[in-house]
Amino acid sequence: MKGFILSFRSEFYKSRKTAGFWSAVILPLLLCLLIFAGFYSRSDKMVMEPGMMLWVQFSGAILGVMGSLLLPMLIVFIGYSVNSIEHKADTWKTLFSLPISKFAVYSAKYFYAMFLVFLCLALFVLFTVGFGNLLGTVKPGLKFHDYNMSGVLSQLYFKLFLSSLGILSIQFLLRVLFRDFLKPMGIGFVATITGVILVANQWTYDYLFPYSHPMLALSALPQHHNHAAGSNPISVDIFTREIYISLIIAAVVFVAGYFIVLKKSVK
Amino acid sequence: MVISTDGLTFDFGNQTVVKSLSLQVPEGSIYGFLGPNGAGKTTTIKLLLNLLQTQQGSIQIFGKELKSNRLEILAQIGSLIEQPAIYLHLSGKENLLNRALLLQISEARVNEVLKIVHLTDAAHKKAGQYSLGMKQRLGIALALLSDPKLLILDEPTNGLDPNGIIEVRELLMKLVSEHKKTVFISSHLLAEIERMATHVGIINHGELLFQGSIHDLEAMSKPAVQIETDNTVDAANYLTRNNYTVTEITDTHIFVPYTTKQQMGNINKLLNDMGYNVYSIIKQHKDLEKLFLDITQNA
Repeated sequence: MKGFILSFRSEFYKSRKTAGFWSAVILPLLLCLLIFAGFYSRSDKMVMEPGMMLWVQFSGAILGVMGSLLLPMLIVFIGYSVNSIEHKADTWKTLFSLPISKFAVYSAKYFYAMFLVFLCLALFVLFTVGFGNLLGTVKPGLKFHDYNMSGVLSQLYFKLFLSSLGILSIQFLLRVLFRDFLKPMGIGFVATITGVILVANQWTYDYLFPYSHPMLALSALPQHHNHAAGSNPISVDIFTREIYISLIIAAVVFVAGYFIVLKKSVK
Repeated sequence: MVISTDGLTFDFGNQTVVKSLSLQVPEGSIYGFLGPNGAGKTTTIKLLLNLLQTQQGSIQIFGKELKSNRLEILAQIGSLIEQPAIYLHLSGKENLLNRALLLQISEARVNEVLKIVHLTDAAHKKAGQYSLGMKQRLGIALALLSDPKLLILDEPTNGLDPNGIIEVRELLMKLVSEHKKTVFISSHLLAEIERMATHVGIINHGELLFQGSIHDLEAMSKPAVQIETDNTVDAANYLTRNNYTVTEITDTHIFVPYTTKQQMGNINKLLNDMGYNVYSIIKQHKDLEKLFLDITQNA
């Protein structure tokens, strides 16, 4: 356990000056800021909307962009960035000759990639709630203060996080296997588009395809929302079948990846 | 023995890269592990660090089986394998601090090793901007960081200029003499390590061709008397008839094992008396470089 914590801290130390780390921070900030600006400029048209609808529109705008395309791409990038540090410096063999168990080194790296995705999504919640309330303050006509969506948003983004773990583990492994950027990136991109198409066409088994999971995780929302349009608050059912599939894929690839890393990293 | 392997064999697919290697590295030695490129040196080092799994044979380090005492043994080894593993986006000092974090070592020690390898002034420069020699020195600093008992260095002077090579050599000799370390250093150049090595192992095609102290190696290169005459074949026959052992005859020279100065005088007189013109007669040392080539090529 100590080896894991030390390795995890070292991952942070190594990556804090790389684009991979900062993309997880800048992306939510930038996206929320853009949507904030959009709402700010059109605020006069939304004065009549009830607070809950405002929140749904505001967070929905952010989630819409994020969920289907940006999140998978961000994961591709994070998976790339965390491993490319070692590929570039040719440091896998050094890491594995330290007096730290090989599994601790590998799992720290994996969980660090996971942590970056978590951080990114947590910041989305924070910035969505923050900017929403800011809108309500700078434009008192908008009734953002009438409704609190932070609970639902947290659940939703947590679900998004769980749904992304399958992709993350696959991209992580791809990046370990391929030294170059293009192959994992290309595979990730094609798979993401495929995922979007599968969900859009409502293919029966789309829940088995990990790259469809973020979109599926979100697509469950409108039904709940319509159902609860009246007085009931929006409810999020976190553990749907695609989430289970995502978790299973993540676990299997994580274990398989360890043995592949041992074989591939040292020649 | 700090390192002791027994019948170590390693195959990549159907190619045997290391063949029943039995290394014996005594404590406090600088063990030069020599061999041409592709002889199996790096593979052996990776086996010693448990980066590759032992297929056949056994490895004992500090008297303990490597496989079952991996972490305990690795904690006392500093290593540099192939090119130094450096994060180019971090500064030299940050590279060391990162390793220090992993090994739970204080920042004071980081500054200390920076000083040892003369990188204090460049500590805050990005490692990506380092010269090859500086990177190599940073690699050595990383290996030294945990103050290990055993240093395993794979071609540490690769890409260094003569000054750099001398610096590394002096540093390693100091570590062994003053700090009681053991150094296992691989190289494809004998000249580079013959001045510091106390022990030598020569490997080619995965086989250990020679192992022993540097004096054993030197003893193998016995001096010879090199004679230049007008008729080498007849002169050689005449010397043989007079109970001299002729080891080699070329178009221009005869070689006879050297014993004493008097022997050289006798040979000279003998040949002159028989009417052979002796153009030159000198005592010649077979240098270690030639010996090294002989050993690796005759295998």
